[in-house]
Amino acid sequence: MKKIEAIIRQEKLEPVKAALEEKGVVSMTITQVSGRGSQKGIALQWRAGEYRVDFLPKTKIEVVVDDKTSDLVVATICRVARTGKIGDGKIFVIPVENAVRVRTGEEGEHVI
Amino acid sequence: MSINPADTAWLLISSALVMLMTPALAFFYGGMVRKKNLLSTIMMSFAILAIVSILWVLYGYSISFGSDRGGIIGSLEWIGLMGVGQEPSSVYATTVPHLAYMMFQATFAIITVALITGAVVERIKFSTLIIFSVLWFTLVYCPVAHWVWGNGGWLAKLGVLDFAGGTVVHINAGVSALALALVLGPRKGYHDREPMEPNSIPMVVLGAALLWFGWFGFNAGSALTAGGLASNAFVATNTAAASAALTWMILGWINRRPSVLGVATGAVVGLVAITPAAGYVHPLAGIPIGAIASILSYYIMIWRSKANKVDESLDVWACHGIGGTWGAIATGIFATVAVNSAGADGLLFGNGIQLLKQLAGVAATWVYAFAVTWVLAKILKSTIGLRVKEEEEVVGLDISQHGERAYGGIL
Repeated sequence: MKKIEAIIRQEKLEPVKAALEEKGVVSMTITQVSGRGSQKGIALQWRAGEYRVDFLPKTKIEVVVDDKTSDLVVATICRVARTGKIGDGKIFVIPVENAVRVRTGEEGEHVI
Repeated sequence: MSINPADTAWLLISSALVMLMTPALAFFYGGMVRKKNLLSTIMMSFAILAIVSILWVLYGYSISFGSDRGGIIGSLEWIGLMGVGQEPSSVYATTVPHLAYMMFQATFAIITVALITGAVVERIKFSTLIIFSVLWFTLVYCPVAHWVWGNGGWLAKLGVLDFAGGTVVHINAGVSALALALVLGPRKGYHDREPMEPNSIPMVVLGAALLWFGWFGFNAGSALTAGGLASNAFVATNTAAASAALTWMILGWINRRPSVLGVATGAVVGLVAITPAAGYVHPLAGIPIGAIASILSYYIMIWRSKANKVDESLDVWACHGIGGTWGAIATGIFATVAVNSAGADGLLFGNGIQLLKQLAGVAATWVYAFAVTWVLAKILKSTIGLRVKEEEEVVGLDISQHGERAYGGIL
């Protein structure tokens, strides 16, 4: 099992959700995060003049899938969430040791 | 006539109350849009407050209330407030300084223009919105205000009753909002029913509460005197708001659950409906007037949502257009000279003719406001464009149009 952690633009959440659902991946957890990458942030407007912020709001999607689906999920997210501009985000793939369903106590790959 | 201090004090306070309604509207609308467009929504009302305030004193008051030209528009005799000073007008609100009456009227013009913005949130280009506001104010608000409230205005001469602006403000804005939304087109994702949740319902309710409060100035202030008539309008106003809020709560409860967003909307709809009637009807008429306004607006809102055709985003037409239309009709039903000898009797008091006059006023405003707004919108669409670019809409107008975020920082 793999956990795919994708940090993407906030406005890409709905399209990514729809694309993953189309591929049969429905369960996910999302968190609103703030992050910085190698870019230098953006300039915002104060009362008079500008100020810079470098932690920008993004959305983190966490999806746990079996090993053979992992590449498809990563490719789908990349395709849909990409704009080509700085700030598109990053995806990390992490091995998962076990998965348990809280309602029944079952465990193993079939639970995801 | 000489200045009556009580009338003057009341009218000045009423002007302040109605001024407050425009920022209140900013919050009422603001809380309903997605977080990324909150500031943009607030900004539209504030910008309009500033712009129309200036236009009104430069020429707006004159062409709305100045010497009549053909029943259609006023003259430029009061341009730059020439001749509008501390002495009372000989025609309007003759017991208060002319400046006070002019200022009171200014606050009505301001909020009418601001009301329209609810139809175009989350996608209108700010620069175009400003230009539209200036043009709409000049070509639609001022003429219609003159027709209904100007000395010699053709609807006033016809005998149309509009105590505080059911036609001039609510039908005018509501119908124009529909026309503008039709030309502008829907938000991206609207037809796919993409989630567009209100970002802050407490903010919406705060806005509605300040609107209710300010509406006492809107309606009771329109008596232009501090006394019995203002008191009648005051009580009718509160009664209609309460009745409409309660009705909407019940309708929501029947459907599934009563929502506070619904109760707040209901209150506003009731206030819209009583606006033309408040100084012509018995206060208890507020009960049926408010209740029926809620029933009409509630089901029309559901119908628009189900039809999924027109993204008139915050239902300005369903609330103000329909609410104002019902209010104008209700005035023709419930009006009585026992409440206001300067008014007329309505259908319930044996005079069916008044209802016909009300319908004439309604029809004239519907047609004119819709047609001129439509043409204006089409011209702006094909010249400077009405919408932001798609990527600007997706990122949100707060960042793309104003370089700001509503809830900044991390801590």
